[in-house]
Amino acid sequence: MNTLIVISVLPIVLLYLGLYKAKNALLPVTIVGLLVALGLAVSQWNVDAQPIFSGMMLFDKYAIAFSSISILSTILILALSKEYFERISSHVAEYYAVILFALAGIIVMVSYHNLSMLFIGIEIMSVSLYILAGIKKTDFASNEAALKYFLMGAFSTGFLLFGITLIYGSSGSFDLDVIRDWALTHTAKTVDPMFYTGIMLMIVGLCFKVGAAPFHFWTPDVYEGSPTLITAFMSTTVKTAGFAAFLRLFSTCFASLADLWTPTLMVITVITLCVGNVTALYQQSFKRMLAFSSISHAGYLLFAIVALGINSGNSVFVYATAYTVASIIAFAVLILVQQQSGNDNFESFNGLGKRNPFLAFVLTVAMLSLAGIPLTAGFMGKFFMFGGAVAKMQIWMVIIAVINAIVSIYYYFKVIIAIYFRDAERAELVAPGYVNVVLGLSVVITLVIGVYPNLISNLIP
Amino acid sequence: MEKFFNIVQSVPLNHYILLSCILFSIGVIGVLTRRNAIVIFMSVELMLNAVNLLLAVFSVFRNDPSGQVFVFFVMALAAAEVAVGLAIIVMVYRNTSSIDINVLNKLKW
Repeated sequence: MNTLIVISVLPIVLLYLGLYKAKNALLPVTIVGLLVALGLAVSQWNVDAQPIFSGMMLFDKYAIAFSSISILSTILILALSKEYFERISSHVAEYYAVILFALAGIIVMVSYHNLSMLFIGIEIMSVSLYILAGIKKTDFASNEAALKYFLMGAFSTGFLLFGITLIYGSSGSFDLDVIRDWALTHTAKTVDPMFYTGIMLMIVGLCFKVGAAPFHFWTPDVYEGSPTLITAFMSTTVKTAGFAAFLRLFSTCFASLADLWTPTLMVITVITLCVGNVTALYQQSFKRMLAFSSISHAGYLLFAIVALGINSGNSVFVYATAYTVASIIAFAVLILVQQQSGNDNFESFNGLGKRNPFLAFVLTVAMLSLAGIPLTAGFMGKFFMFGGAVAKMQIWMVIIAVINAIVSIYYYFKVIIAIYFRDAERAELVAPGYVNVVLGLSVVITLVIGVYPNLISNLIP
Repeated sequence: MEKFFNIVQSVPLNHYILLSCILFSIGVIGVLTRRNAIVIFMSVELMLNAVNLLLAVFSVFRNDPSGQVFVFFVMALAAAEVAVGLAIIVMVYRNTSSIDINVLNKLKW
């Protein structure tokens, strides 16, 4: 709870700092504030959690774990932002403030205990992101991304709300516990058709938000058009929070009616995996490839919800952590490369291995982790996901997913080949110290989780 | 207020649900078929208002005020979205002198 208060007050402080032209204080204050929020979240770990604010929020271990990973990834992304926003505009304080407002929405999203808080959290986050997608005011691609994201986001909110309303209409409450008790008194055969429609509409709304096919069509355009740093935020922190909210809803409320919605989600998962991976194969732009790869990773994350079990929370957590740190590395290197060559095609990475061995190494580790090669965190994430699905006897789903994982190796290795086996006459990239710190930390996390997954794989009871 | 609730309840619940579904569908069709950003935006508002109507009706039929409170949240959100959305549309208009979404085709797969 204190975490949320700190993260809500911090952006207002930042706006005042911006007002009094204290530009150099912005980043340190943000990072210190977020570290305080992180500490407050972790200090609640052993407290027996009860719903607070009249049953609106519940800061249990699940919420704390996902809040922590969201705050950590935001810190890593903001550490990359030094001098990034200054190049876009002179009003820097607003960008930090809006990112933190989005983070406040994310904290609400992962710790809600009432459907109204789910809705409010998603909207605080989304409205902030509409602004962030369009922060390059004169850049046409950024404009287009903002408008597309806004129209699609508002559209999907309509579906989510209609779903919430129908569930309210049949169960009589927005509270997750009351809805769960209502669902327990019904079986898949006797359930109200209104409730069933409500679940389906909520799946549509949430799949829009996390970018799962067939509701993914906005993702590549928005990810490509937005400034790269914002894309990094959207595809890591926001996606993790979306899945945390998705899983919390389905594992708390609808687990007893799994027969109703599992077939729908299975179809969505398979389509998401295939669309994401196959389209990523023939992308020329690294940024757009990452956008499609984020769609395919949404497919792997959906496995946890399709094969809902006691370990779903843990597998989503491990997978999301692995995916987040690897993506942050990829986007950080992309920002540096983009500044030098002016575009984000694969050719821009040619010869990176000779010029910048460290950058080449970390990017290689990130690509291996995203592809799911052993000894990296990405492998452990996929391992837990598939393990859960096998335990639920969904063998053919796992087979399709493994085929897709093999396909994905092709486009991730395209980057590695460009780095080490293609040459280009370019000057050496100068990576600032703070970028190296972020990259080093991310690589260490990726490798440590890849070798000792037990460190984080049993956190959530 | 009691009298008003009785009047609302004199119409069967199914009729309200049907009306909301029709309004919601009109909104969805509007978003999918129209090409003007403002009209799409209006269609989204129609979807949200269909939801508001249904929430208020459920709330009256169940004698539970939380549905009506939710309507206020939806309205507040709709206002916030209008502010941000119109700002984005103005920004696009300044750069392209058009709000036709077919102009937005620079990013393609």
